[in-house]
Amino acid sequence: MRRREFLGLMAATSASYLVPHCRAWAIKSDQPNNGGKKLIVVILRGGVDGLNVIVPHGDPEYYAIRSSIAVPSASLFHLDGHFGMHPSLSALQPFWQDKTLAFVHASGSPDPTRSHFDAQDYLESGVPGSKLVSTGWLNRLIAQLPAKNSPVRAISIGPTLPRIFSGPATVATVAPETKDHPMVVDHPAIQKAFDQLYLGRKGDELSKVYGEALAAHKEVNQALDIAQKQDEQMRREQIIANRGAPLPRNYNYFGKQIAALFRTDPSVQVAFVDFGGWDTHINQGAAQGQLANHLTPLAAGLADLAHGLGPLYKDTQIIVMSEFGRTAHENGNGGTDHGHGNVMWLLGGTIAGGKVYARWAGLKTAGLYESRDLAATTDFRSVLCYALADHMRLSTTALAAIFPEFQPTTDPFVRA
Amino acid sequence: MKNFWVVLFSLAFFSASVPQTAEAAGSAAGSTSESSGGAAKTPHVPTASAVQDHSASASQDQVIHILNRLSFGPRPGDIERVQAMGIWPYVSEQLNPQDIPDPFNSIHSGPIEASRRNPIELLAEYNQIRASERTNAMNYADNQVRGRRTMSEMQNFFRNMDRQYVTAKLQRTIDSPRQLQEVLTEFWYQHFNVCINKDIDRAWVGPYEDQAIRPYALGRFRDLLGATCHHPAMLFYLDNWQNTAPQSKGAKGNQKGLNENYARELMELHTLGVDGGYTQRDVIELARILTGLGFSQTPKLAPGLQPVGNFGATFDPSRHDFGGKTLLGRHFSGTGEAEVEEALDMLARHPSTAHYISYKMAQYFVADSPPRALVDRMSKTYLATDGNIKAVMSTMLHSPEFWAAENENNKYKTPLRFVVSSVRAIGFEPQDYNPLIDMLREQGEAPYAYLTPDGYKNTKDAWLNPDSLLKRINFATTVGAGALPGNRYSPPEYRRLGATIAGGKFSPQTVATIAAQPQELRSPLLLGSPEFMRY
Repeated sequence: MRRREFLGLMAATSASYLVPHCRAWAIKSDQPNNGGKKLIVVILRGGVDGLNVIVPHGDPEYYAIRSSIAVPSASLFHLDGHFGMHPSLSALQPFWQDKTLAFVHASGSPDPTRSHFDAQDYLESGVPGSKLVSTGWLNRLIAQLPAKNSPVRAISIGPTLPRIFSGPATVATVAPETKDHPMVVDHPAIQKAFDQLYLGRKGDELSKVYGEALAAHKEVNQALDIAQKQDEQMRREQIIANRGAPLPRNYNYFGKQIAALFRTDPSVQVAFVDFGGWDTHINQGAAQGQLANHLTPLAAGLADLAHGLGPLYKDTQIIVMSEFGRTAHENGNGGTDHGHGNVMWLLGGTIAGGKVYARWAGLKTAGLYESRDLAATTDFRSVLCYALADHMRLSTTALAAIFPEFQPTTDPFVRA
Repeated sequence: MKNFWVVLFSLAFFSASVPQTAEAAGSAAGSTSESSGGAAKTPHVPTASAVQDHSASASQDQVIHILNRLSFGPRPGDIERVQAMGIWPYVSEQLNPQDIPDPFNSIHSGPIEASRRNPIELLAEYNQIRASERTNAMNYADNQVRGRRTMSEMQNFFRNMDRQYVTAKLQRTIDSPRQLQEVLTEFWYQHFNVCINKDIDRAWVGPYEDQAIRPYALGRFRDLLGATCHHPAMLFYLDNWQNTAPQSKGAKGNQKGLNENYARELMELHTLGVDGGYTQRDVIELARILTGLGFSQTPKLAPGLQPVGNFGATFDPSRHDFGGKTLLGRHFSGTGEAEVEEALDMLARHPSTAHYISYKMAQYFVADSPPRALVDRMSKTYLATDGNIKAVMSTMLHSPEFWAAENENNKYKTPLRFVVSSVRAIGFEPQDYNPLIDMLREQGEAPYAYLTPDGYKNTKDAWLNPDSLLKRINFATTVGAGALPGNRYSPPEYRRLGATIAGGKFSPQTVATIAAQPQELRSPLLLGSPEFMRY
């Protein structure tokens, strides 16, 4: 098993006090990426309360410090005797049972900032503490993927390009609706005029870029067309099943959309989507309430995504993360404030799932970061490096280019 | 390449009567091929005598070039105006914005006035909303639980700020007669970038630009540096308000240790440049010098705080490191705020700063990879004039490099310039700025929103990519067709538009394409043409 080899390597290096550099991980990843592996990154902006998502119900301190917002043990989906999953994530339970869903708890950034602004910046640049890295790590990842003929290898859901995708490599933005932004070039006569204006200008870079732009736009639109038709078909079937009641379409549509894009356009390897609304300072609720209401559609969207990928699921990793966790103690307003360590979610066919990984320092004051937050005992980049090396099969040099200066000193995959 | 460009209007298939401007365009084009036709020829810097004899010396290409570089793109009539007054009087006019009547001076409401507000008053307002929001917190959270989309007072406050500042910025870039000042204000803003998304800076970026950047855009670099250093927006953005001598009397809470952030960027980005010859030791020493420099939390100054500048920055002696320091080999005795000024003096006068600033200006105004000899000459001027920005500009504008044929139309427009130059070319005053703001956001250049302190780039590498080119074409077509949502205007007839933006001269491929298209598509094609993507 690749994963076991990986862990073996980690154990060997840490035992000998060698620094198990990000590069070392890629030793067995030297076979080139075959282009079929996919990565989807989901960022929850605002700092989701990881302690109420994957709940350490086995830590007695948990119920003591969260008297009004703790999720009762009875309502949790029990994972391993120590951790339980929030009931609003019920759509993800089958994946846990399939062992394709895992969590890395107490993970996060080595940088101590509790500013959304800075923490998101670091999560997306991939270089915590440095304010001068202008590219995002997903963009640097694209540059390391094998060159393909297709112009579209990465898709960002949303109108603007997020920080994580900023950089020289091309990324197509797709509106989070059923169809790509309508462009004037979708009108055949107008497209013809612009073709004539741009194409065939010898020595003019814009001519080439225009050609690429058109090809990328068509490719995405075609994929979205197919996706929309499939979705309509599915909805029709569901409406029949529901005796004619129309179904609401909320933001969990992202799952179907990304799945359809991946299925219809094999050259797409990377996708990104983000959601806000996790900054629960006030009345965050417990088994029900504000946080629960946000988790439900997210879980449904992720389940739709996993199902929608079909056979591609086995080649896909989905990573869900947030800029920081929240305070271990609840505050005076039935909420939690900006904290530190959090939980990363890993979903996909190649995940060694059915496990919660963590170096658990506990919720007693002595184990907390600055006596208030869950400690981040696993660097988020360790988890990402694993995904890139072992799943995306990127080479030694590639990893160093994506996470410069990063030297993981710990294996992220230890049991709590 | 220029030789092959043709005059749009002289072609036979435009049989309609040739307007007067087109005739001017035609004759000017004739003189162009003589003055700057061959790449081998020495570039022709327009002479001062061209001032007296504007019929001959200043070619139309040169007029377009100077307009492109000193403004956000020509408006209808601009080419004619500069041709009539002469290039150097135009340059001199723009280099002295204080002598150009500013219509915004008499505006005392709306977005323009919002950008003039005092940062500390804004902070007080913010704190008040925050306090009342705590009271209303439960209601707000209840709405959240029920899935109601209510906007909190705070969100409202910030959203309003954001709109106002960005609108004011667009109003000025589109409409200010002091165009060079606006072009340089944008340049310096990016040089001294502050990001709108960092907490209270959302309420401060507009005033920051208006108070710390615009007034000094053509002044002394030292004044500009000082103004940014003494503005709460910068002190908050780069965390210096927390920068405190450890174990000092005033050290407590989140103000209890050294914070190097601002000190580092002050040398790396604002003055010396990354290779400017400083070490990590210098960063720490400068951070120590900067300890205690922050801003007032309340409109009334707390006891012990010394005001610095006019916009709420303060110096707190109780958090300052009064020990001796050595910065770049020079000894500083612990004198308090005077040390900060001394350090800024030294950094502003440093040869590395002269070179770095000159390089960036030449990159912005001349070419993405600016000629070394030009940068050296600008740098010399900088040092000789104690960092006089106007003098450095003047050296650049009188250089053969600036006027070299290969440096005309060689810059790829940033999204801001593309959007603003489109509106200026059409010559309308937007009634609804939202579609322009949305376009900038989609293009990845939302004003004031660049995260990191290095600011938006202005080079082609940063902006030319397939996704954004298609969106530009989309935008150009919408604007050129008179269909920008929320705005009522009639786009000019395409020949008039062509005369405005390029004196009517376009490549044969563009001319042929336009000739083959129906009337209503011609203006959109001009604004979406490869020619209009550059300047």
